[in-house]
Amino acid sequence: MSILGAINPVLTAGLSGDDGWHLQAYVARGGYEALKSILAKKESSEKIIAEVKASVLRGRGGAGFPTGLKWSFMPHAVQGDRYIICNTDEGEPGTFKDRDLIRYNPHAVIEGMAIAAYAIEANRGYNYIHGEIWELYQRFEEALEEARAAGFIGQNILKSGFSFELFAHHGYGAYICGEETALLESIEGKKGQPRFKPPFPASFGLYGKPTTVNNTETLASIPFIIKMGGEAFMNLGKPNNGGTKLFSVSGHVNRPGNYEVPLGTPFAKLLEMCGGMRGGRKLKAVIPGGSSAPVLPADLIMDCTLDYDSIGKAGSMLGSGAVIVMDETTCMVKALERLSRFYHEESCGQCTPCREGTGWLYDIVRRIEAGEGRVDDLDTLEYIAGNICGRTICALGEAAAFPVQSFVKHFWDEFIYHIQHKTCLVPKDVQWAGSGFHRLVEEA
Amino acid sequence: MTATAHNPSAGCSAMLTPETLQKFDREIAKYPAGCQQSAIMACLALAQEELGWLSMETIEAVAGYLAMPPIAAYEIATFYAMYNLKPVGRYKLTVCTNLPCALSGGVHAAEYLKEKLGIGFNETTPDGKFTLQEGECMGTCGDAPVMLVNNRRMCGRMTPDAIDALLKECQA
Amino acid sequence: MLEIEINGKKAEVPEGSTVIEAAQLSGVYIPHFCYHKKLSIAASCRMCLVEVEKSARPLPACATPVTNGMKVFTHSALAVKAQQSVMEFLLINHPLDCPVCDQGGECLLQDVAVGYGSAKSCFAEKKHVTKGKNAGSLISMREMSRCIHCTRCVRFGEEIAGIMELGMAYRSAHSEITTFLGRAIESELSGNLTDVCPVGALTSKPFRYTARSWELTSHRSISPHDSIGANITVQTRAGRVMRVLPHENEAVNECWLSDKDRFSYTALHTEERLTKPMLKQGGEWREVSWNDALDYVAHGLKDIAASAGNDALAALAAPWASVEELYLLQKLMRGLGSDNVDCRPRRRDFSLDGKHAGATWLGMKIADLRHLESVLVVGSFLHKDHPLLTQRLRHAVQKHHAEINILSVTDEDPKLALHTRQTVRPSELLYALAAVVREAAKIKGVSMPELASVPENESARKIATSLMNAGSKAVLLGHVAEQADTAGLLHQLGLRLAELTGANFGFLGEAANSVGGQLLGLGEKAKMNAHQMFANPRQAYFLFGLEPELDVANPVKTVAALKAAKMVVLATPFKHAPALQYADALLPLAAFTETSGTYVNIEGCAQSFAGAASPSGESRPGWKILRVLANALDLPGFAFESSEEVLREAWREAGVKVDAEGYVSGLDNKLTHAPELKLPSSAQLREGELERIADVPIYMTDPTVRRAAPLQETPASASPKARASAATLKKLGLAAEDAVVVRQDGGEARLTLALDEGVPEGCLRVAAGHPATSALGGMFAPISVERA
Repeated sequence: MSILGAINPVLTAGLSGDDGWHLQAYVARGGYEALKSILAKKESSEKIIAEVKASVLRGRGGAGFPTGLKWSFMPHAVQGDRYIICNTDEGEPGTFKDRDLIRYNPHAVIEGMAIAAYAIEANRGYNYIHGEIWELYQRFEEALEEARAAGFIGQNILKSGFSFELFAHHGYGAYICGEETALLESIEGKKGQPRFKPPFPASFGLYGKPTTVNNTETLASIPFIIKMGGEAFMNLGKPNNGGTKLFSVSGHVNRPGNYEVPLGTPFAKLLEMCGGMRGGRKLKAVIPGGSSAPVLPADLIMDCTLDYDSIGKAGSMLGSGAVIVMDETTCMVKALERLSRFYHEESCGQCTPCREGTGWLYDIVRRIEAGEGRVDDLDTLEYIAGNICGRTICALGEAAAFPVQSFVKHFWDEFIYHIQHKTCLVPKDVQWAGSGFHRLVEEA
Repeated sequence: MTATAHNPSAGCSAMLTPETLQKFDREIAKYPAGCQQSAIMACLALAQEELGWLSMETIEAVAGYLAMPPIAAYEIATFYAMYNLKPVGRYKLTVCTNLPCALSGGVHAAEYLKEKLGIGFNETTPDGKFTLQEGECMGTCGDAPVMLVNNRRMCGRMTPDAIDALLKECQA
Repeated sequence: MLEIEINGKKAEVPEGSTVIEAAQLSGVYIPHFCYHKKLSIAASCRMCLVEVEKSARPLPACATPVTNGMKVFTHSALAVKAQQSVMEFLLINHPLDCPVCDQGGECLLQDVAVGYGSAKSCFAEKKHVTKGKNAGSLISMREMSRCIHCTRCVRFGEEIAGIMELGMAYRSAHSEITTFLGRAIESELSGNLTDVCPVGALTSKPFRYTARSWELTSHRSISPHDSIGANITVQTRAGRVMRVLPHENEAVNECWLSDKDRFSYTALHTEERLTKPMLKQGGEWREVSWNDALDYVAHGLKDIAASAGNDALAALAAPWASVEELYLLQKLMRGLGSDNVDCRPRRRDFSLDGKHAGATWLGMKIADLRHLESVLVVGSFLHKDHPLLTQRLRHAVQKHHAEINILSVTDEDPKLALHTRQTVRPSELLYALAAVVREAAKIKGVSMPELASVPENESARKIATSLMNAGSKAVLLGHVAEQADTAGLLHQLGLRLAELTGANFGFLGEAANSVGGQLLGLGEKAKMNAHQMFANPRQAYFLFGLEPELDVANPVKTVAALKAAKMVVLATPFKHAPALQYADALLPLAAFTETSGTYVNIEGCAQSFAGAASPSGESRPGWKILRVLANALDLPGFAFESSEEVLREAWREAGVKVDAEGYVSGLDNKLTHAPELKLPSSAQLREGELERIADVPIYMTDPTVRRAAPLQETPASASPKARASAATLKKLGLAAEDAVVVRQDGGEARLTLALDEGVPEGCLRVAAGHPATSALGGMFAPISVERA
């Protein structure tokens, strides 16, 4: 079980062991009650959307867009297929929360999708699951079979007249498919290249039909919001930051894993829940919202609470809630080199600033890391990053630029040191020791 | 015009087992009529599962099965990173070296594997048993270092001992 | 209309316009690469970023819809900075090989870099290199490092050519444009890739490294290779044609060309060009002077006329001869007292001659094809015979979901989504069309007892319903229908169907000047038509611009008549080897780029052109040869100073008026006194016989394309096989890859059998127009086959 702690849990409440994911266990936890009550009452779409709006649930995939508002964009009176898509293409470095929802609570996702489908009048749905977590793709398929057999999805659900067909679709190794229009392209059997917007998916989505794409955690929250009421969910968090949220903590902490805490919880509290810094070492920096969020040095992050507003004010983003913790053994040049490589490799190659710019950024960062940096490289990095931002089709351009801009800004001196001394500020053996991968160090 | 142009499934049935083709059909059935191209990723993955890798012939045959141009299927096979465009060893080990994993020894785990297997990234051991690849985020950062075996099995917390145990299991 | 302000200047633009379209309308240039007015929007190059009021980010002009009152700034600091940065990104991995790049001087990247780029870049890393690719004999993909990934070529394939042959593989900076397995590009429109590619990545293989664009002189001309008369720009250096490009004409070819329009010029300077007049004297061929040659021909024709009667003379011209040439040939023959002149060498059924209300034509404007909602094409190898007309239909399907129905004799994929396809034996085409007429009559509640015996079928019902329900619709007859032995009846049935459904009725058109020939009355008013003049052999033949073995309906009978004649004169641009056996005089004809003239295309537009290059060797424009020959014959009325004079007289004599836009009068697909619609009972084949289905391969349609080496190296030019379905092969006791002998009319050809389920049972597909099959007879006649 890699859900290691919680405060007032909603999504992870009552989860235990490896069998808790089955339909029977979910129903025992009160699962599918929300769907049943909506169907029994023949609840209106407006009412459900109003409830979701009241919860101030914001998209948990990273962008933080209000979910209820997004649902209200679906056009009325459009004939033909309409789609609800769940985005479980979780590939942002540092993020591994949706994986655990699929692993431990897949029926919450299914029920959330069915309710969403009812609210936005969708008749078909797909859950797009990251290709690398194959075993969980298979588990979700099994959960779908259970739900289908129990009549929670399919034709004429619980004899209500409402029909909703739901399927799983897997990715196969492309980070960009987490972008909602790239994901739609990918389901259509094409390369995952983001579409230019407008039109937005609500008017021109999957196969050109009205479509809403939501993150797994967002959709899994829906049954609970319906059950407890929007306002109660909102009150778990703080104004404008409704509910609890899963935080994926990785890096230099004693107990990396998922933690469900109310939005607004102090960062220090989360760090404490993770058992503190590994080896008791000193915190150096944190990327608070997935690898594309700007890095924050220790002093800034320690003053933050975990919500969209506080992190935003500190100059970063809550994003997907992936908290990458780095201690004093971290070489920030090497860390940036890892990230820049990723964004370069994962650029879809479609639009010029991203295709060319991410490669150029990586070339320079790699050169600095290899001890071949020049002092003017830092200005060039800033220049390139600035030229990518705001000029690309999707946000991957910014995702590549933000780390570069923030690493160079906050750790300028370390980069200068690396360039001048042609090696890391943090000695290599200290870095190795910090990684906890001990044996190689001993042999070295 | 060849015979296959009129019988698009012919290429696949010569190459893949009926069980795999049944799985193709199950995937195709997930999508609305006429949208069978949506199943390309799944079908290429299934073909790879059976054959180990995707030759150009396989890509063309799967494209034919889904009535799409071979170049469109080739775009898919090359765009998504988990398709093997060259033969790989019996065990393809993909090690994540991205930042969250690297902070917990991902890069070192890869170095360790390189040393143990005597190969670099994108190489296969002479006995055809192992292929080593550098992977990107697999969404399992909490269990770092992580590696993926044959695209299917996720292995986390890969300390030197855990790596040794995995290699031993594969050798058996 | 929407109001938009661009750089402070107000303009009104139609609803639905994008910013780049609005800018174009108001004369403001916005730099761009991936945007192409004929292709879907990618918005990926980001070169067209402009500032839009109220948007903090620059927006791509190509993908941003105009809203009322929008203010756009294309030269503001925000816009310029964005454009400069995109330009820099595009150049960092672009090789600086402009001095050796074929695109140099006409490169969009060069132009935009000069206009919108910055002189300096701080890029100091290694440039990315992409390996070259193979793409066949027409398109070069050797320098793919130059590619800027605009994907115009990929979109062109999917949207215009209807076949995705190029794709962008891999991702990120590793992205590369490629064909599958380096296969040759097969689209018959592939040459346009070199135009849509904004850089020097996709270049013309035949043109590569032969000239610089600034050394070339451009001349407007008209392509002679199909019925639309694509507008071309012929580019010459020192009087020699170096390449052919499209001349944009929205009404005809838009900005496209078919590959034969574009690459046929490669035949112009080959060894086979006939550069001097030649006479066969005492069994020996000799090069002679024009005087001697024309003197000899004049005497010969006169002598035969005198001895055997005027009627012993006959002339057959190619339907790609110009109006001027056809008119003078007719006038010359009439001057000699012979009315045996025709320009319809592939026709077999002339039953409607004298009954046409006018010249047969498309019945509508070419440009309006894209607005059709339902179409029935009868008897056509659609995309091979009419690459650009098919492209218009493809547009109708992609943009307006038009229903295209095809009733034909093979099931080739025209690369557009079909609504219905029915593939029948050539002899059944008539009944299949009759069944559609019968269904239409039934839906309409019209009684048609004459079709009562026609069997009903589901396809016919679907086609009739499709036509009936559509708003804008057409019934169009192709080559197979026009060249059928039941062409007259098919014409009548087509007319009936059009009447019943309210559809336009028309013809896709056999050749560049088929309409022009009809307007002049060539053949229709002849005493002996193209069939009769060989069925009843004459003593002297004047052949103009065609090669009998390859360009007529029945080469066996035609060549037999030619061999028996006392005199055969062939005016041709090429030394046609088989003719050396039976011809007596070869007159070197200027090629299409070397002469002036006029073609009337299938929509009735008379398009005149001037010579672009000097005639090769001593070859001469056809109209001049005919004028001088007429002088040698002492015929009056041939004192023409220019081809324009010939044209004026031709139209006057034929009673044709030409309007200001070039459209002619005298077009009408109706019949003046239609014969009774009576379907014959279907002909029975003899034991062991099959019906032949003969297409003319796309690069075998006329003497010029047949000699264009790059076109001959394409997959479409593979040597023809004898194709049949599995059921037919089984009945014959033969198998694919068997070597066989096929026989027709006493002639035979040795071919290899191939399996082709698109060939109806009981038929054998054997191409015509090819040396390998030129000893065979009729294109849609019985044929026998046995193991070799």
